[in-house]
Amino acid sequence: MKLSYWNKKIETMDRSLLKKLQLKLLKETITHALNTDFYKNRLKKIGIRSSEDIKSLEDLERIPFTTKDDLRECYPYAHLSVNLKEVVRLHTSSGTTGIPTVVYHTKNDLDGWTDLVTRCIVATGCSSLDVFQNMMSYGLFTGGLGLHYGAERLGMTVIPAASGNTRRQLQLMKDFRTTVVHATPSYMLHIYSKLEEFGFNIKDFNLKKAFLGAEPYSENTRRKIEKLFSIDAYNSYGLSEMNGPGVGFECVYKCGMHIWEDAYILEVIDPKTKKLLREDTEGEIVFTTLNRRATPILRYRTRDLAFIYKGNCKCKRSHRRISRITGRSDDMLIVNGVNVFPSQIEEIIMKIPEVGNNYLVRLEKEGALDKLIVKVEIYSKMFKGDLKELDKLKEKIIAELRSSIIIHPIVELHEPGSLSVSEGKAKRVEDLRPKI
Amino acid sequence: MAKQLKIFVENKPGRLGAVTEILSKKGINIIAFTIQDIGDFGLIKLMVDKPQEAYLALADKGYACALKDVIAISVKDKPGNLYKLSSILMKYKVNIKDAFGFVLPEEKQGVCCLDIETKDLKSIKKILINSGFKILERDDLYQI
Repeated sequence: MKLSYWNKKIETMDRSLLKKLQLKLLKETITHALNTDFYKNRLKKIGIRSSEDIKSLEDLERIPFTTKDDLRECYPYAHLSVNLKEVVRLHTSSGTTGIPTVVYHTKNDLDGWTDLVTRCIVATGCSSLDVFQNMMSYGLFTGGLGLHYGAERLGMTVIPAASGNTRRQLQLMKDFRTTVVHATPSYMLHIYSKLEEFGFNIKDFNLKKAFLGAEPYSENTRRKIEKLFSIDAYNSYGLSEMNGPGVGFECVYKCGMHIWEDAYILEVIDPKTKKLLREDTEGEIVFTTLNRRATPILRYRTRDLAFIYKGNCKCKRSHRRISRITGRSDDMLIVNGVNVFPSQIEEIIMKIPEVGNNYLVRLEKEGALDKLIVKVEIYSKMFKGDLKELDKLKEKIIAELRSSIIIHPIVELHEPGSLSVSEGKAKRVEDLRPKI
Repeated sequence: MAKQLKIFVENKPGRLGAVTEILSKKGINIIAFTIQDIGDFGLIKLMVDKPQEAYLALADKGYACALKDVIAISVKDKPGNLYKLSSILMKYKVNIKDAFGFVLPEEKQGVCCLDIETKDLKSIKKILINSGFKILERDDLYQI
């Protein structure tokens, strides 16, 4: 197998040197963090007043975890470590109502992020000869822009197709001889199911590789996509709080996602006891940023469940690998690549006066795509006897949900009391999608 | 005015049964009914002898229901009468939102229950009466 690297020195760095580098960068990160209102208070409480108080990587354990709620409380500026004039871009988390989490980037931060993404792309064997069609959303969602800049840096021919419009995607793939795509696994399956309808044949394409991310999927799904398109598919991992894509990526050996440990300190904890776990043991992934100036984040609890593989990868990269994400340690749902919490849905529908007390969220698979069904009871006192009003109510619920969670749901209206849960804790979510 | 009771129900087996069971226990008599469905839910629409009582009985059980005014018009059962009625409404630009009709063979009477949109219900009623139609007020309706 031909191996290529974007930054061979760093990517194959001896682990003892890598740890030294991590300590140096952690100290810098602590200095930056102390510039923020949020971390200044928090670190002072545990006696960290300067980077001098960090002597070894083990000192990281003294630092409390940062949660999504912490970052929400920081909104908009409490975790910003530089003057705004140095910030060249910001991204906020996808699919959140109320207060999102925000990440700021200086020019150097963007440069660092882009470099990580380029490393990922090169690790799969891509080069500047490739034509790259980016089928992820552009905008606040980091999936589109993140890969875009990494691919440009490598010199690939980038088609910023963004998500949706399957017929046009296929036409672009055919006309420009696209060799690499970036999409959610469910969208890849969706595209395949539409080939015939739109008058295409798999032989029309020159596709070689796909980068798959933004939602959990099984090894079987990967194999299925590889077989259907006769391509290699690579697993991609990222989250908006850690830039977005480029955090972890599979190399040509497809045996776990390398985490760039010169940019992130990787820890796995037991989500209940919060104790560190050994390699090979599944737990919640925790990251500390090492290469960010504007938004340093210490020990961020991702809520993603995975484990670290033991041993070295045949690609000679010394950066450790994590398994595919097997689940969440909270109740977040991932619907066609978009993150949504049941509480967000509740908040939206309960604001509508015509909606009664109970609701139920159901997830199903329809072909390759996820279907979100929101069942609500109507509020009897608001009922005026008019069917048209009910239809309008349904449209209103759909529109409100769509504008805040970016998912087009199916809304069902139910009789008052019919969705109530009589025993114990109300079960508001039914996920009927096949398990990974 | 005659009252029509509209009940929101899910479109699934047993809903008409559940509603009518409650009404039968209260000794409420149903004079006419229709069901309108638009997919996964719909309305059961009833004309009953004691509308207010029926409404309270259902609301008490948690049903989403509403009482609506409808105009009940009776006319001799013979060809052309529905045309005559609709011509008048058309002439005065009265829109019919919802309607149902039935014939009582013994009395040779037709009854039309209409949910209409008009700013001047009084005048419309007067015009209909002058054209030979009878407006059934609540008690008339329940005695037919």
